[in-house]
Amino acid sequence: MLTRSTRLRQLGILLLLIPTQLLAAAGKAEAIVIVADSRSFTGWKAWWTNLYNESHFLFALATIVIIPTLGVILGTLTGLLLSRIGIDLRSRELAEH
Amino acid sequence: MDWLYALMPIAGVEIFWPGLIILGLGVGMIGGFFGMGGGWMVTPGLNILGFPMAFAIGTDIAQMAGPALISTARHTRFGNVDYKLGLIMVAGTVGGFEAGAQLIMWLERMGKVDFYVRATYLVLLTLIAWLVFTDVSRKMRKDREARAAGKALDKLSTGIEWHKRLHNIRIPPVVHFQRAGIRCSAWLPISVSFLTGLLAGVMGIGGGLIRMPALIYLIGCPTHLAVGTDLFEVAISGLYGAASYSYKGRTELMAAVIMLMGASVGAQIGSVATKYVKGYGIRIFFGFAVVGCAVSIVFKLIAAASPVLRAFFDKAATVLILGLVTSLSLYIFTRFLLGVREELAAKRMYRASV
Repeated sequence: MLTRSTRLRQLGILLLLIPTQLLAAAGKAEAIVIVADSRSFTGWKAWWTNLYNESHFLFALATIVIIPTLGVILGTLTGLLLSRIGIDLRSRELAEH
Repeated sequence: MDWLYALMPIAGVEIFWPGLIILGLGVGMIGGFFGMGGGWMVTPGLNILGFPMAFAIGTDIAQMAGPALISTARHTRFGNVDYKLGLIMVAGTVGGFEAGAQLIMWLERMGKVDFYVRATYLVLLTLIAWLVFTDVSRKMRKDREARAAGKALDKLSTGIEWHKRLHNIRIPPVVHFQRAGIRCSAWLPISVSFLTGLLAGVMGIGGGLIRMPALIYLIGCPTHLAVGTDLFEVAISGLYGAASYSYKGRTELMAAVIMLMGASVGAQIGSVATKYVKGYGIRIFFGFAVVGCAVSIVFKLIAAASPVLRAFFDKAATVLILGLVTSLSLYIFTRFLLGVREELAAKRMYRASV
């Protein structure tokens, strides 16, 4: 049987050790680096993989510019196509929950 | 048939690209119709197509902003987006999401949390499914009683009316959301969005699956308004997620762009289909989507608990999700086609009569 003071001492040691464990785990997670193999590509694909390897910041910037821009262009084209069919794309009856 | 496969420059894997277009089409339709990003559907789909899990999540989030923007623009035309409500909720969502992400990182360092996260997710989805179907059955009962009493059906009546009680808590500032037709304390949407953001952060999902019912049942938005306003939130959080995951090097832009080709068409079809379906129709099918998602999580939990059954239940969960995507997409597409046919026929009749 463990005495109350022993239990409290063990709990104290455990609490002291937890932050160390957390910091160690965080260190390992940050150390993971993914590198894209650009050797098998030419043209824009090679440029893209090189951009990824050189700067994740520029890679992220390019992604958040390309996705919405392309989305708006493709969406507009689809909208034009649907309106050509004759669908009313400007209004709908909004009278119920 | 080599031309049907494309080598992804970042992930370094060969992918069946028509599969990406089909997946994008389905998710665009479901997202535009129900008002969600659909991360819970895309991630297993991308994983099946051959993406490593880390890239599947990042790529899914990266493409999410595109169709969400398209759907938000279309729903804006239909008057389905309350931007004031959406902007107020963005603040709470971002705060909650960050708090949730920090919480989960802390829990991960402490040990295995997968089981607890999945179990919480399951409880939450069960609650949402219960909420949706209880609401639908109460609404049907109200309609039946009105019909029996010979009264006109109230189009604005709802089954569950929790939002009315919440609207009565008038902590200043009280805000009027004109488009949604709601007057309540600004703290209501802020706290609801913080809570849904926190849960989304802990679960590692976009949050549309939780936010859409929260907008309906806690804030009191009409269904179509909830769909449109939630898509506005998905677009913003999608952009934030795209930046965050790309900065961490976990997105495959080429796959996201290919998916976007299908998703842009799907998003328009899904958004336009809401024109032809009543609010409660959307709620019922949303309930089915939630049930399907919950069952897939039960499968995942069984797979995690039993090494013998792991392979079977992992596959079963994926088949279920993809089956759900297919059937919901087919339903939405059918409603779209029927609605368009009716609309065009009505226009022809009008022209003939003039």
